[in-house]
Amino acid sequence: MTNTIADITTQSKCIFIIGSNTTEQHPVIGIKVRRAKRYLGAKLVVADPRRIDIADYADLYIRHKPGTDIALLNGLMHIIIRESWHDQEFIATRTEGFEELKATVEKYTPQMVSEITGVPVEQLEAAARMLAENRPGALLYAMGITQHTVGVLNVMSCANLQMLLGNIGKPGSGLNPLRGQSNVQGACDMGGLPNYYPGYQRVNDPAVRQKFEQAWGVSLSDQVGLTVTEMVDAAGRGDIRCLYIIGEDPMTSEPDLNHVRHALENTHFLVVQELFMTGAAECADVILPAASFAEKEGTFTNTERRIQRVRQAIEPPGEARPDAWIIVQLAKRMLALGAVSPRDDAPYAGWDYWGVSDVMREINTLTPIYAGVTYQRLEEGAQLHWPVPDEHYPGTPILHVNKFSRGLGKFAAVDHMPPAELPDDEYPFILTTGRVLYHWHGGAMTRRARNLKTMYPEAMIEIHPHDARKVGIRDRQLVKLASRRGEIVSRALVTDRAAPGLVFATFHFPESAANFLTNPALDPLAKIPEYKVCAVKVVPMPDDQRL
Amino acid sequence: MTVTLTINGQKVTTAEGSTILEAARSAGIYIPTLCHHPDLSNVGACRICVVEVVGARNLQTACTTPIAEGMVVYTDSEIVRATRRFVLEMLLSDHPNDCMTCEVSGDCELQDLVYDYGVKWPEHKGKRHNWEIDPDPNPFVFIDRNKCILCGRCVRACAEIQNRDVWNFAHRGFRTKLVAGADQFMLDARCESCGQCVAYCPVGALYDKMSLGKGRANQVQKVRTTCSYCGVGCNFDLNVRDGRIVRVTSAPDAPVNGMALCVKGRYGYDYVHHPDRLTAPLVRARWLQGVEEKLKGGEWQVFVPQGNGRDGGDGSDHLTVTPDTFIQTDWDTALDVVARKFAEEKRLHGSGAFGMLASAKCTNEENYLFNKFARQILGTNTIDHCARL
Repeated sequence: MTNTIADITTQSKCIFIIGSNTTEQHPVIGIKVRRAKRYLGAKLVVADPRRIDIADYADLYIRHKPGTDIALLNGLMHIIIRESWHDQEFIATRTEGFEELKATVEKYTPQMVSEITGVPVEQLEAAARMLAENRPGALLYAMGITQHTVGVLNVMSCANLQMLLGNIGKPGSGLNPLRGQSNVQGACDMGGLPNYYPGYQRVNDPAVRQKFEQAWGVSLSDQVGLTVTEMVDAAGRGDIRCLYIIGEDPMTSEPDLNHVRHALENTHFLVVQELFMTGAAECADVILPAASFAEKEGTFTNTERRIQRVRQAIEPPGEARPDAWIIVQLAKRMLALGAVSPRDDAPYAGWDYWGVSDVMREINTLTPIYAGVTYQRLEEGAQLHWPVPDEHYPGTPILHVNKFSRGLGKFAAVDHMPPAELPDDEYPFILTTGRVLYHWHGGAMTRRARNLKTMYPEAMIEIHPHDARKVGIRDRQLVKLASRRGEIVSRALVTDRAAPGLVFATFHFPESAANFLTNPALDPLAKIPEYKVCAVKVVPMPDDQRL
Repeated sequence: MTVTLTINGQKVTTAEGSTILEAARSAGIYIPTLCHHPDLSNVGACRICVVEVVGARNLQTACTTPIAEGMVVYTDSEIVRATRRFVLEMLLSDHPNDCMTCEVSGDCELQDLVYDYGVKWPEHKGKRHNWEIDPDPNPFVFIDRNKCILCGRCVRACAEIQNRDVWNFAHRGFRTKLVAGADQFMLDARCESCGQCVAYCPVGALYDKMSLGKGRANQVQKVRTTCSYCGVGCNFDLNVRDGRIVRVTSAPDAPVNGMALCVKGRYGYDYVHHPDRLTAPLVRARWLQGVEEKLKGGEWQVFVPQGNGRDGGDGSDHLTVTPDTFIQTDWDTALDVVARKFAEEKRLHGSGAFGMLASAKCTNEENYLFNKFARQILGTNTIDHCARL
């Protein structure tokens, strides 16, 4: 997020949510958005193919077709420019590329956009007016924007809109991706990415590589590595022989699970570090039992780049150990075996740490955006949003205040492109996937939380009443959902949350995970799979034929 | 603009528009409250915060009365104390006398005030309620209306914090009843199971059902931490008794969320203690040497997954060991198997043989170490995690 949860939900005049089921996926942000709308006079615009809960609270709810976000956003920008509602001073002083953007969105007339998106022209006009008349405005998005073959272009479109309105760098504004896991931000920040060292320092930047070579005392690869989806492919082909997975189950969260299972089973040596016997763990050669969040010390970084403490409350069960301990033990053994021989004089060659705060000191030295994040400051109550370039710096709640990190903000004109797989006669429905309030991600944790399981005990497929009637499905009846890649059986939830022609499924339950169906088509840049659109068919099943 | 008034003979200057309660608290002067909560609007329902305002006809509720220039206020005069004692006696006259077994004993605002004001349990007189205890089938919120003091903090928490409007009052006078929706079950009244109503309840009328009988305030240790689910970064207190998490309670000073939590954060903690937890390193027999001996000697066991109906104990006598069998080993063995295999693979096949999946559920420090392990030890940049999924 460029901004903080607090400034968005107290100072924004208009909150535009697109591709985020905020009240179910980020419930506490969701309630603050509802509060802003109800008590603080903020306008709320929600665009989503599903009539999600937050839509009930919106001043304007836009139901666009899945995979038409760029057309929708270009259409809004078309109207804003046509009416001269754009922030001309901001555009002149802070951005570049406006003329190209203008030329591109010129083509996106309300009539044309209405045809692509299915949104009535009057709604497009009303939305553009609402966004323009209520500034500063914040845009919130999540996987509904990114999990497309055009995910990166979708994000650029959102950025275009916010720059056009001058909604950047001030309280109550910004471009705000809501991150879906407790420390997904931190995992990115800490170099859990194939192209970056910690702090988004490029692996193929020679100066950066040299810095880490000096710190760690070894020569390092300048080749960008494989992303998770590419990794699974490479493992399936036998190019990757050893996979070491911590705290993640690709057997629920990856696209095209039949393919993933094949790949994991064919991996020569698979090590899984986990709390539970997950689908991936079942394929493992070695399983290392890990500690849960309540059993260890450390820090998480939240969606607004805020670093916060995780504290140990209880002992891990049995022989389970914190991931940090396990990784350090393995590293020491590898060093003892001579698997790599770092130079003795390198300051961080070794793996002797006096606890996690000592690891943080190494992070401080090597990661400029975390340079001033110390345990002492956190314990003293410092509210630190990175970048925190030194120990006295108070943190950076809002990004891009006087200038963008690249200097001028660049408008990147982008055109609508349809999803990789669209419905046809054989697979006439669009499947979109996501999570529900009572479960979380692959479900390994929430399916083992007794009352969350009680509330939502099995997978449900949401389908619109018209479609249910057409296909011949009653509410709660078993249905088979099939795509070109696989099939699952679950109960139907007949609801107008789903749009006509659209069905929704989750990946919380391994036996009926939507990812047996999803299309592994990737965004060419971000390599993110197109979870929000693939073609499926829906077949009613007699109740006794459950697979 | 500021206003100056006199409270208990002390000059207090504070912002115009403040209430007497706010002015007093800003000067460190204590006024008791029950229905007031700093996060919520003020309704003046419970009358416990009454104060004497010179020149006013009656005692005034400090939480709702705005200050005025030159106002003279007494917060602890005899008439004020007597009135508060009367209010407390009235509350007790229709309140079960079961602090001995009440969940919130030691953490109850009513109990604290009754103690402070030395109120004795009144002789039984007049009508008492006899509401059904725990009448709502939802799995999270325990309701005992007999303990409800009708302060309305739950109603306002649901309306003003959660913005969901599940709770309200039905009927008037003695028949007044806290109801969900149109006197429905909570979940039928669109409840999201966030538990905000429980967090704001000053007494034991609303409580966390999962924590009934698991430990009271003086029996638990609270540990402040950050939630393990989504990326909002809510803070809360894990309540620990005898090495087990028995409850999650809100932390009013949590920077992101304040008192608010969602159903997963507040009620989704018990996976930590689930019998499915992996509690020993597991290695397939094919990677081990001397399996039979170690099994016979009892050092290792054949792994029997929990939850499949079988006893999880030592099954080495009657289970055949195949190369695929998971053996529960010790850490030294498991770590050696992995380290030796990784070292051999690196020697024979190079760094390209490795793929690493980091975790969005692990800490920054763990992810840093994992990144260092991939790049420094194994020599590969093929490390990623589920950020895209």
